[in-house]
Amino acid sequence: MSTVVRDLLSRPSGAIGLFLVVLHLLLAIVAPFVAPFDYREVDSLLMLKAPGPVHWLGNDHLGRDTFSRTLLGGREALLVTGIATPIAVIWGGFVGIFVGLSGGRVDDVLMRIVDAFLSLPWILKMLVLIVTFGTSVGVLVPTLAFFYGIPVIRVARAATHDVVARDFIEAAKARGHNKLSIIWHELFPNVRDALLVEGAMRWSWMLLAFSSLSFLGFGVSPPTPDWGLMIADARGFMSFAPWGVLAPVIALSSLIIGINLTADALAKALGIDRVQKAPI
Amino acid sequence: MPVQNNDLKPVILINDLSIGFTGKTGEILPVLRNIDLSVSAGQSIGLVGESGSGKSTLALAAMGYLKQGLRVLSGTAAFDKHNLFELPRRELESIRGGRIALIPQNSGQSLTPTQRIGAQIDEALQLHTDLSVRARSDRVIDLLTQVRLPDPQQLESRYPHELSGGQQQRVAIAMALAGEPEVLLLDEPTTGLDVTTQAHILALLRELAGESSMAMVYVSHDLGAIAQVCKQVAVMYAGEIVLQGDAVQVLREPLHPYARGLLASIPRLNTASLPRALDGRPPAPGEIQNSCSFADRCVLVTDQCRQKRPELQAVASGESVRCQLHEHASDIPIDIDQHTAPHTIDQSATAALELDDLTISYHQAGLLDRWRATGSTPTVQGISLKLQPGETLGLVGESGSGKSTILKTIAGLLPPVSGQLLRRGTESLPFKVEHRQPDQLRKVQIVFQNPDESLNPRQTVAQILSQPLKLYFGLAGQKLKQRSEELLDRVRLAAHYMDRFPGQLSGGEKQRVAIARAFAAEPDIVLCDEVTSALDVSVQAAVLDLLDDLRREKQTTYVFVSHDLAVVRALSDRVAVLYQGRLCEVGSVASVYASPSHPYTDVLLGAVLEPDPDSTPVLVADDVVEMSPPATGCPFQRRCPKSLGDVCSTQTPAWQQVSNGHAIRCHLDLSSGQSQAHNQVTVENTP
Repeated sequence: MSTVVRDLLSRPSGAIGLFLVVLHLLLAIVAPFVAPFDYREVDSLLMLKAPGPVHWLGNDHLGRDTFSRTLLGGREALLVTGIATPIAVIWGGFVGIFVGLSGGRVDDVLMRIVDAFLSLPWILKMLVLIVTFGTSVGVLVPTLAFFYGIPVIRVARAATHDVVARDFIEAAKARGHNKLSIIWHELFPNVRDALLVEGAMRWSWMLLAFSSLSFLGFGVSPPTPDWGLMIADARGFMSFAPWGVLAPVIALSSLIIGINLTADALAKALGIDRVQKAPI
Repeated sequence: MPVQNNDLKPVILINDLSIGFTGKTGEILPVLRNIDLSVSAGQSIGLVGESGSGKSTLALAAMGYLKQGLRVLSGTAAFDKHNLFELPRRELESIRGGRIALIPQNSGQSLTPTQRIGAQIDEALQLHTDLSVRARSDRVIDLLTQVRLPDPQQLESRYPHELSGGQQQRVAIAMALAGEPEVLLLDEPTTGLDVTTQAHILALLRELAGESSMAMVYVSHDLGAIAQVCKQVAVMYAGEIVLQGDAVQVLREPLHPYARGLLASIPRLNTASLPRALDGRPPAPGEIQNSCSFADRCVLVTDQCRQKRPELQAVASGESVRCQLHEHASDIPIDIDQHTAPHTIDQSATAALELDDLTISYHQAGLLDRWRATGSTPTVQGISLKLQPGETLGLVGESGSGKSTILKTIAGLLPPVSGQLLRRGTESLPFKVEHRQPDQLRKVQIVFQNPDESLNPRQTVAQILSQPLKLYFGLAGQKLKQRSEELLDRVRLAAHYMDRFPGQLSGGEKQRVAIARAFAAEPDIVLCDEVTSALDVSVQAAVLDLLDDLRREKQTTYVFVSHDLAVVRALSDRVAVLYQGRLCEVGSVASVYASPSHPYTDVLLGAVLEPDPDSTPVLVADDVVEMSPPATGCPFQRRCPKSLGDVCSTQTPAWQQVSNGHAIRCHLDLSSGQSQAHNQVTVENTP
């Protein structure tokens, strides 16, 4: 494993990407202690004030400090996606490997269901659930984990197909191992790398999805600071107070670019290249 | 200097050529060291060596080509007095393919699948000749005739997939001959082909070598194939030529210890004994610099060998040899007669395994088939065989004969359509793995052909061995470790191999791990599917030796599948010959090999190559590959040189006893003595 990390860091994309991701994670953890102002502090005198020595990134339409809100704005997104991503990869990965190993009718039926899910725009599917059950973390995490696990099924199934026809699987079947044992001991080690990279990619897409939901008003509820929500609030004033949009946009983009660069470098370090390009 | 037995000018002259690559830490690692080789017009020279010996690199260097990452360290490779490595790209390209042609291994893959045969040859003619359109189309027919393909006019408009492997190889040869090359390079041209097909291709190559003034460089790991085609042989080891000379001399009484070891490691058709294994493994590039590269594996080794790298020196009998002790080389035995104890089995015991009238089909009847009520002929039919405890049964046949299919069925991976599997006389073995009892699973183990495929690349040796130990015996912790080490020791691997991944092992070591995994279950029956065919000959000998030891320890029964009849002879007690999924001949190895009675067995045995320049394969049937067995009659009817006419095509032949325990399934009248030994076969068409 250490050789993979070393290889990752020796690539410019890996080093930059990992730096961005680690920076964001650290900032998210220390933000409450270092933020110069209270994110809720409303001041009508400071409304849409330009960046200056006191408020480094200016103020929003309610006079709240943009810098403090940007610092804190990724916490919710990172928390929700940080929990949902591993769940998505684990369940999608398991189902994908299982389907890839079983083949036949199980494969036919399940993959058509997957196709059906993938053919609908993701935002529609998620809005249905969120509108029905609300926007709490308890709803967002399973919703994201469920929908983002579905494409993982395809990746895991494809990676499984690469190895399932090889003789060591036949050998395990002939010895009489059960399916779970074959999945865990024989298939998973061969599919693990693909899932790791896929997980990194899913994470970045999930962050985008979470921010999009917030932007549409279905994610985090005000006054909690969130990048998507901040962009939605500030976009009306974009022509004369662009800092309100720019700050969260740069924060969100740098995190997503960081994750993408890391995933790219990770794929190269592990010797697999990206299977799919980013959606949208 | 290399030996020359004629005064012709060399077409290819390689002088002190060293080729290498840069290692991870920046050091230069040579893969070829100080090669001197000259090939004259009309001469055929064989480059023989095991994988990694540099033989292919040398052949490619003879056309000025280096694989990626390789570079010339010193020396020259000259064609027609021009150093190929200094020629401008354009000139080099005009030489390659035209004046120097290459026939690669596996040419089926080098033909364009979407282009007709004629068009592909025509393309080669366009590139390398100035012929007119009409002249080219005549030339295509000429070339197809020259490589002895039947009905060239008709064949010209076929696609590669419509041709058999042997025919594809012939087309590749025709394409190489299109530019009337001065030098023909052949890189393992028959590897991967069936024995009969291989014998036919080699016969063609020998004829081509005889009828033209082309120089031939033939690369192969197979001394038998080299012996058929080449007058000169150069033996390569660890990037050096260690022995070069006249083929008869080199193959009869080689002067280099490695060449002798190699020769002794080849199983022979006429010897029932196991070949001698060559211990150790060749050095990696750069591992050995100032000593003899073979010193670590040589039985004659002295201190002198390790202090100085021997020069290639000419000896009185005409060869060049790279060994200081070549005068003593004849101390090393090259015959393999009776150096192992005979294998005995108890014939009176209850059968360990019995196959009763097995019929296996890959075809699953679809809705349309059921509606039309069309039956397909099953892949494998009517297989009845009995194996005694401790007995080794060899299953032989060409590719597609159903050998591996039968093994899969015994292993429970492919349920048969009908028939029965019996263990220990009466215990019925369920067809599917899922229905078998843990004990039944444990007692039947399988070893696959290619250890690269059968070992999980992401598991260490310890994890690989732990799978059966945990599953069947529930071992864990210290006990598991101890048992794994015992198993490694039994396959003669040191305990430090435990933490290695398969990628860190050599081919032979991997196959040992695969064998250890099978024996971890303490099985009664081990199914061996071409277990040595992916290995080098010297490694093969060691693996055969290991299998022999293991079966003696616990009276293990083997079903040993192989396409190599000499390997089957070395290990098996009894042999069953399969053609198109039907048994042709069953009997003890001694009896079948001494008096093969089924015409197909004759054909197979006749096509086997021996590393002896005087033995030529007997080609009695053509090498047309059949895709499916005929609906009625004898499966071999269409290729049979002794066909009796109608009776063969309408009636399925019954079993006939040749001698005690030796039977054939053929209409030939054995009592009238129509069947003869395989080297005296005559074509008979009388009804």
